[in-house]
Amino acid sequence: MIAMSASWEKIRGNRALVVSAVILIVTAAAAMIGPLISPHDYLSTNFEEMLRAPTMADMRIFGTDDLGRDLFVRTMLGIRVTLIVAIIASIVSLVIGVAYGAIAGYFGGRVDAVMMRLVDTLYAMPFIFFVILLMVVFERNFLLIFVAIGAINWLDMARIVRGQTLSLREREFVDAARLTGVSSARIIARHIAPNLAGVVVVYVTLTIPQAILVESFLSFLGLGIQEPQTSLGALVDAGVNQIERASWTLLIPATLLAMILLCFNFLGDGLRDLLDARQTR
Amino acid sequence: MLRYTLLRLLGAIPTLLLVIVLAFLLVHAAPGGPFDDERVLPPEIAANIAAYYHLDETLPQQFWRYLSGVVRGDFGPSYRYRDHTVSQLIGSAFPLSLKIGALSMLLAVIVGVGAGIVAALRQNTVADRVVMTVAMTGISIPIFVVAPVLVLLFAVKLHWLPAGWSGNAGYARLLLPVVSLALPQIAYIARLTRASLIDVLGSDFVRTAKAQGLGIVAIVRFHALKPALLPVLSFMGPAIAAVLTGSVVVEEVFGIPGLGQFFVRGALNRDYTLVLGIVIFYAALIIVLNLIVDVLYGVIDPRIRHR
Repeated sequence: MIAMSASWEKIRGNRALVVSAVILIVTAAAAMIGPLISPHDYLSTNFEEMLRAPTMADMRIFGTDDLGRDLFVRTMLGIRVTLIVAIIASIVSLVIGVAYGAIAGYFGGRVDAVMMRLVDTLYAMPFIFFVILLMVVFERNFLLIFVAIGAINWLDMARIVRGQTLSLREREFVDAARLTGVSSARIIARHIAPNLAGVVVVYVTLTIPQAILVESFLSFLGLGIQEPQTSLGALVDAGVNQIERASWTLLIPATLLAMILLCFNFLGDGLRDLLDARQTR
Repeated sequence: MLRYTLLRLLGAIPTLLLVIVLAFLLVHAAPGGPFDDERVLPPEIAANIAAYYHLDETLPQQFWRYLSGVVRGDFGPSYRYRDHTVSQLIGSAFPLSLKIGALSMLLAVIVGVGAGIVAALRQNTVADRVVMTVAMTGISIPIFVVAPVLVLLFAVKLHWLPAGWSGNAGYARLLLPVVSLALPQIAYIARLTRASLIDVLGSDFVRTAKAQGLGIVAIVRFHALKPALLPVLSFMGPAIAAVLTGSVVVEEVFGIPGLGQFFVRGALNRDYTLVLGIVIFYAALIIVLNLIVDVLYGVIDPRIRHR
């Protein structure tokens, strides 16, 4: 009976995982292809078609905004920007987190203690406010968004990687490498890092929604992506200003943002469950 | 207990110092001065302003001046709100933010724990599924989506509640901000309560209580709830940080003249001293509240206290 319910849970979890993955792939594909198919572009204003409600006519399927710009194209562009920022930011946090965690875990002892104490101290800091400060000081530099978000998210990654490395370094193949005179840097890069792949992949899928959240939070406050470029957060912000006249300008980007976040969370959870199952077997 | 509290308090000082140093350096690394975007000033006036704000001193001198001010609760003058000091601005805006934050934390704990208990006792039933699905959705959807959608629904479409802050009075205008701020925390707390209560209900002392013929309500009320709420208590630290961050969004959406709105305005106006002051204030607040949570944890759980 327990085995039955366990497998049922697993299938159910997997179904959420599969559905989420499909939705994300379709959304990403639409964001890439959509603007190419549409006769409109993201930039042109049209004062005869301001705040036009969604309609199938003229391919205005998401309507237009207060400047008469096509919201379908802008939303697809926004998804692109949101996803690209999130993925690059996750790669930044992955590189920093894996390097930091693997070094701390591999050397252990005092090095580990000092490095992890630093992580603990940084954990206590209100990072989001620092990111805002960073955006204020450096004039909302687009490149900085990646660095800033990546710099927040590496802490968790470092902790997880360190934990894995602590157990990996006791394994025979690491001893063997050490005995044959391989340098520490090379052991970490060639023997430890590849074995961290599973955990890291799962963790990255959980980092992406966090990065999306930070980016859209900044853009919502007007501190992220700047006009005429856009992201889902910026579109939600613009929609809030039209809330009484044109609710679709809020609801469409808001729904898509919520959907993308939900899918990434389900994907991450599902992958983690699968990985856990394999580890306990 | 006192020793532990003092040790933790001492431990918080380096963190706070790091926050101040980093924030200060960041602001002073800014390209251009705070008055650069205005019309070109005659050199004498520019020098005067620089002297007034001590911008002509070396960086360590400025830092030392700032730090000794901060220790005395003085964050210096605001660069934009000319007649006010940063401390005055924080002092005038914070009580409102505190009220909204405290109310939403209260709401989050009551509703979250309640929903979590229901879900745990009705494990794997429809009620449980509903609570958990709603919770997963609540965790995934950011507050800057939740708040405007609630406004759209309850203020713009249904006209049940006021949409904004100014021009309205009483508790009705508090309701939407407080609920939007509480929703994500309700979701987390419900999930945490459910998981930990299920865990506790499977333990030996609960089985003993059951064997003695105690009803499930009495078991939860007198035996299981207290240990089950420990993870919820330790979640209070991150929850407080999240409510603070969320208050920035909520105050922006509802036009509430709280600290969060000052922060965003300051950020958009590049009012460096105001933003710097609020970052340090928020950091200190989070660190102190986390400390209180940790100390409380020790009070409630004797296993921690004697370590």
